Amino acid sequence: MTAALTRADVAPVASAKRRRRAPGWLAVVPLLVFVAIAFGLPALAIVYGAFSVQGHYGTQNLTDSLQGPYLTALLGSVKLSATAAALGALLGLPLAQAVVSSRSRWLREAVLTASGVLANFGGVPLAFAFVATLGNAGVLTVHLGLKDDGWDLYSFWGLVLVYLYFLIPLMVLTITPALDGLRTQWREAALNNGATGVQYWRHVALPVLAPSLLGGLVLLFGSAFAAYATAAAMVGSAVPLVTLQIADALSGNVLVGQENIALALSLDMVLVAGVVMAVYLPLQRRSARWLDA
Amino acid sequence: MTVSLPRNAVLGGSLAVVAALALSACGAAPDNASTTTKDGKSAATATSAAAFGGMDALVQAAKKEGTLHIIAVPRDWANYGAIIDGFQKKYGIKIEDESPDGTSQDEINAVTSRKGQDRAPDVLDLGSSFALSAAQQGLLAPYKVASYGDIPEAQKDPQARWYNDYGGYISIGCDDKRVKECPTSFKDLLKPEYKGQVALNGNPTKSGSAFGGVYAAALANGGSFDDIQPGLDFFAKLKKSGNYTPVESTPATVEKGETPISIDWDYLNAGYADEFRSKGLDWKVAIPTDGQYAQYYSQAITKDAPHPAAARLWQEYLYSAEGQNLWLKGYARPALMAALQKAGTLDTAAAAKLPKVTGTPSFPTEAQQSKAKTVIAQGWGKAVSG
Repeated sequence: MTAALTRADVAPVASAKRRRRAPGWLAVVPLLVFVAIAFGLPALAIVYGAFSVQGHYGTQNLTDSLQGPYLTALLGSVKLSATAAALGALLGLPLAQAVVSSRSRWLREAVLTASGVLANFGGVPLAFAFVATLGNAGVLTVHLGLKDDGWDLYSFWGLVLVYLYFLIPLMVLTITPALDGLRTQWREAALNNGATGVQYWRHVALPVLAPSLLGGLVLLFGSAFAAYATAAAMVGSAVPLVTLQIADALSGNVLVGQENIALALSLDMVLVAGVVMAVYLPLQRRSARWLDA
Repeated sequence: MTVSLPRNAVLGGSLAVVAALALSACGAAPDNASTTTKDGKSAATATSAAAFGGMDALVQAAKKEGTLHIIAVPRDWANYGAIIDGFQKKYGIKIEDESPDGTSQDEINAVTSRKGQDRAPDVLDLGSSFALSAAQQGLLAPYKVASYGDIPEAQKDPQARWYNDYGGYISIGCDDKRVKECPTSFKDLLKPEYKGQVALNGNPTKSGSAFGGVYAAALANGGSFDDIQPGLDFFAKLKKSGNYTPVESTPATVEKGETPISIDWDYLNAGYADEFRSKGLDWKVAIPTDGQYAQYYSQAITKDAPHPAAARLWQEYLYSAEGQNLWLKGYARPALMAALQKAGTLDTAAAAKLPKVTGTPSFPTEAQQSKAKTVIAQGWGKAVSG
């Protein structure tokens, strides 16, 4: 996000771009080839596999993937991701705003660096960090006697807590550039016209931020939706999740011949992600008008 | 900026597909020249050591190949570590053990996706239904080990494409220092004092031992081989009472006390007891008095094994008195146990250390098992989630 650019800066850059446009597309070819191989081929393989039933074309896998335990898992994933993403956005926004408005360079860099690291801390190491701290025999659980208060890490809310550990930093990283884009002049103008701080946030800042917030929410949702290793290491089958169902179907010692259902489930996931993105894209165009100007 | 770590399920799956597509085209074909004897007998089609010209010829051909590629064999599972070392030492053949924690499905995937490559697995250790389905898909090579005739009739394929080798009973392992009184039956597990302590080794739609645990619980609660539902009901009750913990028990969770009570194969639980005694852990093993369920794993040679002679020699080793007694030392019950006892080659000291059971084991038929699996796949999530 190039919030710092002024109008004077923007104009020459744009015209320079126009001049060089003709051979420009050639530079994109490596990217397109990469996308075609790394994303296009697997996507086609997923679609092909999802629609083959014992070597023939059929929709049985997709029907199965939207029934019984598979449907429960899909809904469970959506519920968990939505809850964790909403909480992550709610907690990440004030945190980012506090850092941005503190004007301390040192604090800002420390928080952003830490967020960059923590946002990528996931998988089995994260799960075991929490198991060692808050699991049944975890340090805090034992010392504070949490178990008697009904604490259970291996549940829906336990998993939400663990996910927040990487979702909040992700939200801070995503929303900070947008918060930087809010002009102090807007705030001053609002205050000069007699608006309270709450009114400024309600009528000016939040509407401008809304698409970025939603964008952050979408990113958080996607991140939680696709998470697998953390949940697999922590809750096993106690919280129904679609990624765990895919893993069960793809590799196991019990059920034979479930691979194509796993592919159908992957296709369902792609569709859910597509629907979520479809909500976000038109809104993002609107916010770009304000924040990039 | 993207978050890459938690995506490995989706990405990993996609990459595997790409890798399979890319690799299947350019894998090198193995060089089988060394595995044909002078008089033109090929190890890849030999259906017994005798057909290949005797054990000596087989040993020689296997030594020439020099390597055996196995997959999904954990060293801490039923004494496999000692078996691998024993084979390497006896024949001087190097064993490459790929993804030791893999599953039966992973083994089948490796066989089908690496067909014709020298990285393909030579031998497989499969759950019985995977052995059946692999045989039906034509992935296995028929081969009769010298002691094939001694394997009980119900535990081998008539065409010798697979046969059972070792197995055990579902047992309840228990950390005697953390748990006041160790449970000895499924009924005990429901006692309120075991809150948050009872674990399975995985998810029964995926893990064979967890599946066995549910089957045993069914037998303990009025179910039968035809009716596994009471087992699901039992775990739903266990979950409701707060006793069930979804943590999948592994040596690490056992040692750390995260899974103080673990329902698992008796050979795994008994192995943990040995392993952790030196670390001050008192791990007790009991076969539940109210639900006894036994199951065996099967061995097979892959049809396109890149080291066909070594693969056959490995089978001969596993089904020799030496190999079978090594299972026994790992508390697994070898398929040839009765035959060894008759021949006087059984390691009686090791046999005496096995957890005690009453009666003889009986096994569900393939049809009963697949019906039970469908019930579990449909009902397990509902039983323990929430």
